[in-house]
Amino acid sequence: MKTLVRDITPAIHFAKMQHTTHASAVAGNPIFRIIKYVLYDILQNRIVIGYTLFLLAVSMGLFALSDDPTKGLISLLNIVLIVAPLVSAIFATIHFYNASEFIELLAAQPIRRGVIVWSQFLGLVIALEIAVLAGIGIPVALYTPTATGLTLLLAAMGLTLVFVALALLASVVTRDKAKGIGVALLLWFYFALLYDALVLFILFTFADYPLEKATLVLAALNPIDLARVMVLLQMDISALMGYTGALFREWLGSSWGILTAVGILFLWAAVPMLLAVRVFRRKDL
Amino acid sequence: MKHLLIGIFLILAGVSPLIAAVIEVGVGLPCPDIRTALDRARSGDTILVHPGIYAEGNLAINKPLTLLGIGYPVLDGRHLDEVLTVNSPYVTVRGFDIRNSGQMSTMDLAGVKVLSADSVLIEGNRFQDCNFAIYLSNTIGCRVSKNVVQGIIKEEQNSGNGIHLWKCSGAVIEENYLTGHRDGIYFEFVTDSEIKGNTSEKNLRYGLHFMFSHNDRYHHNTFRNNGAGVAVMYSRQVTMTENYFGYNWGSSAYGILLKDISDSHIWKNNFEYNSAGVYMEGASRIILEENQFRENGWALRVQASCDANVIRGNNFFGNSFDVSTNGSLVLNTFNGNYWDKYEGYDLDRDGIGDVPFRPVSLYAVVVERMPHALMLMRSFMVYLMDKAEKIIPSLTPEHLMDEKPVMRPLAI
Repeated sequence: MKTLVRDITPAIHFAKMQHTTHASAVAGNPIFRIIKYVLYDILQNRIVIGYTLFLLAVSMGLFALSDDPTKGLISLLNIVLIVAPLVSAIFATIHFYNASEFIELLAAQPIRRGVIVWSQFLGLVIALEIAVLAGIGIPVALYTPTATGLTLLLAAMGLTLVFVALALLASVVTRDKAKGIGVALLLWFYFALLYDALVLFILFTFADYPLEKATLVLAALNPIDLARVMVLLQMDISALMGYTGALFREWLGSSWGILTAVGILFLWAAVPMLLAVRVFRRKDL
Repeated sequence: MKHLLIGIFLILAGVSPLIAAVIEVGVGLPCPDIRTALDRARSGDTILVHPGIYAEGNLAINKPLTLLGIGYPVLDGRHLDEVLTVNSPYVTVRGFDIRNSGQMSTMDLAGVKVLSADSVLIEGNRFQDCNFAIYLSNTIGCRVSKNVVQGIIKEEQNSGNGIHLWKCSGAVIEENYLTGHRDGIYFEFVTDSEIKGNTSEKNLRYGLHFMFSHNDRYHHNTFRNNGAGVAVMYSRQVTMTENYFGYNWGSSAYGILLKDISDSHIWKNNFEYNSAGVYMEGASRIILEENQFRENGWALRVQASCDANVIRGNNFFGNSFDVSTNGSLVLNTFNGNYWDKYEGYDLDRDGIGDVPFRPVSLYAVVVERMPHALMLMRSFMVYLMDKAEKIIPSLTPEHLMDEKPVMRPLAI
């Protein structure tokens, strides 16, 4: 019962807001107002606060434990690549299902469907990015304010963006909450663990073939790998430059490497999100 | 200055008719060009060259003379000739700006070439766009110091070396700055020589290249950002101490490449940001101690063809891979190094870890066999693989381990 009350809070806020403001102003640009209420709702959520504190504790602990900040960064990279996508995906899915009443209420108003999904997405993204900024950004700024640290933070933020988008796509497509969470979990499991095992298997199987371009394509097909490569470009550039492929070296050695990685990571967020909007527009609520 | 020198000369000339004369060369002086001065000079004379541009073709020095430039007079080879050829012992060349030597495919043309002449001193000159800048051939006891050598990067086959020594002994190469050549410093059949305090960077191939050169020492040099780092090949008894090797990036770029070298000592060097810090192939009885390996792709690549090498008391920090090897045979000793990846414990508090450290990870073995797997570096899957291998070693060389890893970084 309690959850139900919590879930409709934004709806109540929203109803009040509509009551007190001119309808024309709301119809003019309702997305920011909706985002505002979605965001308030999420930021008060205990899970988001817990997630922020968890990231903060883990990062601070890792930096404090290892005398070399580079070592701390390496451990933190593992956490970022596993935890950030997992929490983003699960939290976004659960939130979307919990907000279904609010979404139905909004859908009954003269508001476009696209605006509803986008406001949910942006509210989630902003809240989780704040968590990442506070939980990882502060320790990184304190202990290793270097290019590598900054790239790691960027990678964490990029992954949050991508996995919120993927999770929203999963929840828009499936009607059942348990199934939606299951799909989000599977996506995480695939990208975080299975994919690299598959890549290694492919590399072993086709070891006798020129695989230089194929490896680059394979890295681009997984957002977690992309984020990892972004950090590697800072952290292990000496080793990456020892790689035999000329194309690889040319691409990675210039600033194009990191630019393309960021660009493709954005595509990984944009494409699922646009798909989600498309599906939601036609969805029978 | 000029009058003072003339004054000194006159006084000395009065004292002894045997003392060396000073011949001045410059525009408006009795001797307008260097060639005439070289003809007039007797053994032991000093030729003083005033500022100006002297493009006189090839100048050969056939007597023991001192050639001094005031305010860096320019000796221009017009991309046609060798600029200076020294055929006599006890020659000093100091304070010139030597430019634009010729280039030929049949002869190695140089800025200054010393041919079978001993005890020659080449000091404080500038070299620009020479094929070879300084070329010593068949000499004993020559000294090359404080020269600034700047080549223009060309393709490897058309470029010469900054300082090139062939069949020399007792040479001293010190405090030179070398850039833009094929090899910064090249030694072939050079013995009992010393290379110290030089900086060699952004050369096409090696910062320093040893071939068949025994009993040499190089120390306090900086080798940075060269195409392939430093190579020491087919040599023995080479001492390499307190040098800096950094930023040598590439699939065949190394801090030091040791190939078929034996009985050498590598001590207190700094290896930073190289694709491979030290690459050893066919190396025997080399002692590698108290070196600093920081943020290299591979700190050490020890091929299975190496034997009886001792790697002790080094610090390894933040390298992507600490050690890799291409076989399972291990004939080298690792002892008492500091490894930042060591996760063991020290119950008896003697500063030495109680469990041995295996510096070759499973992933390093995988990458050695399959370089494409480099893309998976630091993936969680790789992390799991390495952990599993640490518990039950199966693919990594069983005997390659540091029995006494130290717990804290060594003060070096």
